[in-house]
Amino acid sequence: MKKQQQKNQIDNPIYPWRRYAVLTLFIAGMGLLAARAVELQVFQHDFLSKKGLRSQTRVVEIPAHRGDILDRSGEPLAISTPVDSIWVDPRKIELTDRAVKGLASLLKMRETDIVKKVETARAKGKGFIYLKRQLTPELAKAVLGLGVRGVGAQREYRRFYPMGEVFGHVVGFTGIDDQGLEGIELAYDDWLRGEPGARRVVREGRGGVIDDVELISPAHPGKPLTLSIDGRIQYLAYRELKAAIKRHKADSGSVVVLDPHTGEVLAMVNQPAFNPNDRHQRKGERTRNRAVTDVFEPGSTAKPFTIAAALEAGGWEANTIVDTGPGHYRVGGYTIKDSKNHGKIDLSEIISQSSNVGASKVALQLEAMDLYAVFERVGFGVSTGSGLPGEVGGVLRNWANWYPADQATLSFGYGFSATTLQLAQAYAVLAADGVRHPVTLVKGQAAVEPERVLSAATARKVRAMMERVIQPSGTGYRAAIEGYRVAGKTGTAKKLVKGVYSEDAYTAVFAGMAPAAAPRLVAVVVIHHPRQGGFYGGEVAAPVFSKIMTRALRFLNVVPDDMLRQPKGAQV
Amino acid sequence: MQSLLYRLNLDPVLLTAILGLGLCGMLLLYSASGGNMDIVTRQGIRFGMALLLMMAVAMLPPPVLYQWTPFVFFSIALMLLVVLVVGSSGKGAQRWLDIGILRFQPSEMMKIAMPMMISFYFAERRLPPNFRDVVIALLLVLGPTTIIFLQPDLGTALLISTAGLTVIFLAGIRWRTIILTLLGAIAALPVLWHFMHEYQRRRVETFMNPESDPLGAGYHIIQSKIALGSGAIYGKGWLNGTQTQLDFLPEQTTDFIFAVFGEEFGLWGVLLLFALYLLIVLRGFYIAWNAQDTYARLLAASITMIFFTYFFVNVGMVSGLLPVVGVPLPLISYGGSSMVTIMVGFGILMAINSEKRLLSK
Repeated sequence: MKKQQQKNQIDNPIYPWRRYAVLTLFIAGMGLLAARAVELQVFQHDFLSKKGLRSQTRVVEIPAHRGDILDRSGEPLAISTPVDSIWVDPRKIELTDRAVKGLASLLKMRETDIVKKVETARAKGKGFIYLKRQLTPELAKAVLGLGVRGVGAQREYRRFYPMGEVFGHVVGFTGIDDQGLEGIELAYDDWLRGEPGARRVVREGRGGVIDDVELISPAHPGKPLTLSIDGRIQYLAYRELKAAIKRHKADSGSVVVLDPHTGEVLAMVNQPAFNPNDRHQRKGERTRNRAVTDVFEPGSTAKPFTIAAALEAGGWEANTIVDTGPGHYRVGGYTIKDSKNHGKIDLSEIISQSSNVGASKVALQLEAMDLYAVFERVGFGVSTGSGLPGEVGGVLRNWANWYPADQATLSFGYGFSATTLQLAQAYAVLAADGVRHPVTLVKGQAAVEPERVLSAATARKVRAMMERVIQPSGTGYRAAIEGYRVAGKTGTAKKLVKGVYSEDAYTAVFAGMAPAAAPRLVAVVVIHHPRQGGFYGGEVAAPVFSKIMTRALRFLNVVPDDMLRQPKGAQV
Repeated sequence: MQSLLYRLNLDPVLLTAILGLGLCGMLLLYSASGGNMDIVTRQGIRFGMALLLMMAVAMLPPPVLYQWTPFVFFSIALMLLVVLVVGSSGKGAQRWLDIGILRFQPSEMMKIAMPMMISFYFAERRLPPNFRDVVIALLLVLGPTTIIFLQPDLGTALLISTAGLTVIFLAGIRWRTIILTLLGAIAALPVLWHFMHEYQRRRVETFMNPESDPLGAGYHIIQSKIALGSGAIYGKGWLNGTQTQLDFLPEQTTDFIFAVFGEEFGLWGVLLLFALYLLIVLRGFYIAWNAQDTYARLLAASITMIFFTYFFVNVGMVSGLLPVVGVPLPLISYGGSSMVTIMVGFGILMAINSEKRLLSK
């Protein structure tokens, strides 16, 4: 009786109460759901819709524009331009082929890198990562145009340095989050940095902003900063230093140009240099602003201060004779040598012939304290206070600890150290008739009062002596400038290599000023370890000084003061 | 018209409600997908095909269905086993069987095959069933349910066991047995917990306290409650739901589409939608009531029960009454598998309905 379709079914009784039970279940279930709907949509409506509004709106930061950095004539050195950064919510993005390919081609990233980055962040449960930062607004718009869920853009500002390498060390650079990391950007970060604002926006679940609701606080842009640097002189110094380093196959070098009457730095360059716009160059050796971070022994460029100390002490005049024969001199176990026997020479010849024996003999006849005082007052041994990151002050030991040999070697620039900026500051005292103006990199900033540290007479006398250095018979004749009288001093110091004075590595220095009668500019050129084309300060550094100053004086329209050496073609 | 429907074995009441829900679903899908006409078109095509399938099934005489029941049931059970062993993995769970161009879910078909089988089993036995018959029926339910649970697909496993147990209940099992079974089930809960996957446990925990994880698993429930709540009595209007249009709702075209409906059409819309579902359920119940034999009666009742369970679990989940299990809103959620299952179910209901009609003439 099986497999006969319906017929093998048994006619079973029907249980009506079960039917009603099921019917009741249906109705009760519906009723329960309806009650729940009433509860949510009527009684909890206020609470839930407020909660919804809260999660749909969000406070976002309005980035503040960082202040521009300008040179003294208003040329931009660092400016902020709007850029967009592309971010991803790893929990929301779907890494479809189309999405990954689109992102990869627009962002110029590898597909595998994108996937890996997102997956890694997703594994860590992150809800926000940057995919690529600082893109042009046009490109960011194209990326958003892909319509990939969980991808958004955030407005930021990117720092751009129009002068690139020329101002790299001075201006420094900012990090990805717009914070100063080096140079002026770091030193004046508080000034330049703006205060970000905030606004409330309606956002999508996928993160994009739909609508502004209210402005909570506006962004306060940072303030612009005008530097004392003259872009034209800076460029000149950059170009000439770079050429000289190359010509002489030198390790490194620095140039500082100062206005002696205000203490303003008009140029500060170093080699090797770096381009702050290129993130890859922003590390290591080349980012060091050597003009303030590196010290060296000034060598013979210290001699004018020894002579100044003698003049200040009294009893010495420019024509006071010192016997430097036979060209060497023993002090406390050390032998001080001249390049040749200069015989009996006066103070100005000690400078122009750069006699170590002469300077030592003068120094040893002075009170140690008097000698120390002059060096200390022109700024050796203490940082200039320019505020630049990493600035050091060099070493000038206190006179109380000096042995006679220390006193002698100090007189011709050994046994103490200074930065290029310090040396320029010291020469600026001589240029400003004995008044020391604190150095500054900001235009018109006079935080500290100028201070007289030498008598005007002494400063003028030393300048006159230094003019003879530039005469055809002097060591620094290559520093001469057509049409202007120059005062300056060469220096050639043996480099200290692992605590021992090297026999073949020198530091070539020239420090000088022009016009000599009433100097407008002071410049110091330092070149470390020249390997080719000479190594003397007069051979290596002096020509750089001349080239920079020739053009710089004309930029500043300084009236020529040398009637004997008029520029060619100029008839007076 | 009347006679055409009559000849095609189509029940006008069911058909009207189905078409109403399908249309409503497509309007909602347009809003939930952010105006994506592609999705709406695809859903429309799917709906049309499922409708055709329903019509084909409606033409099958129940005796044929009856005859084929054991074959259908056991071949689908076999496929379930195959899927468990070699099935391709989709979304971390093994549910799909991939045979060349066709990918399908045997578990989905089991939703119909299960009530068919249990109905078949009891149709040939004296009711109320004796203890032995109940045990065998329970084993028939437990087999496929276990396989699906292991896939793991908690939602479908629950639906299928509900379908099977409904038939057992309707077959006239004794109250004493029911109470004992319920107590046994409660005792088995800790064991079930032990065998659950981490994500399944988390779902239950999140259900108990959604605020404990507002950005993770609890996010779904919180956001959908917000959507429903901000819809209030009259709703925000079609295409105007902020939760929806701002993309805060998860899975808003599939499992959570009811939240979109609630936000945009408010309480009135919700009650109207409930009325449509209730209409279908009551009509199914009516068909079962009037069915001519045990098999048809049990099958019609359990198909109706499955449909109701779908609806109840989905709405209960979206409104935060039940834990989040992946159950779509029948006839409205975007997706093909469950649409086909439900339409086949309606086809069977209609076939049963017309058989009664034929016999009563």
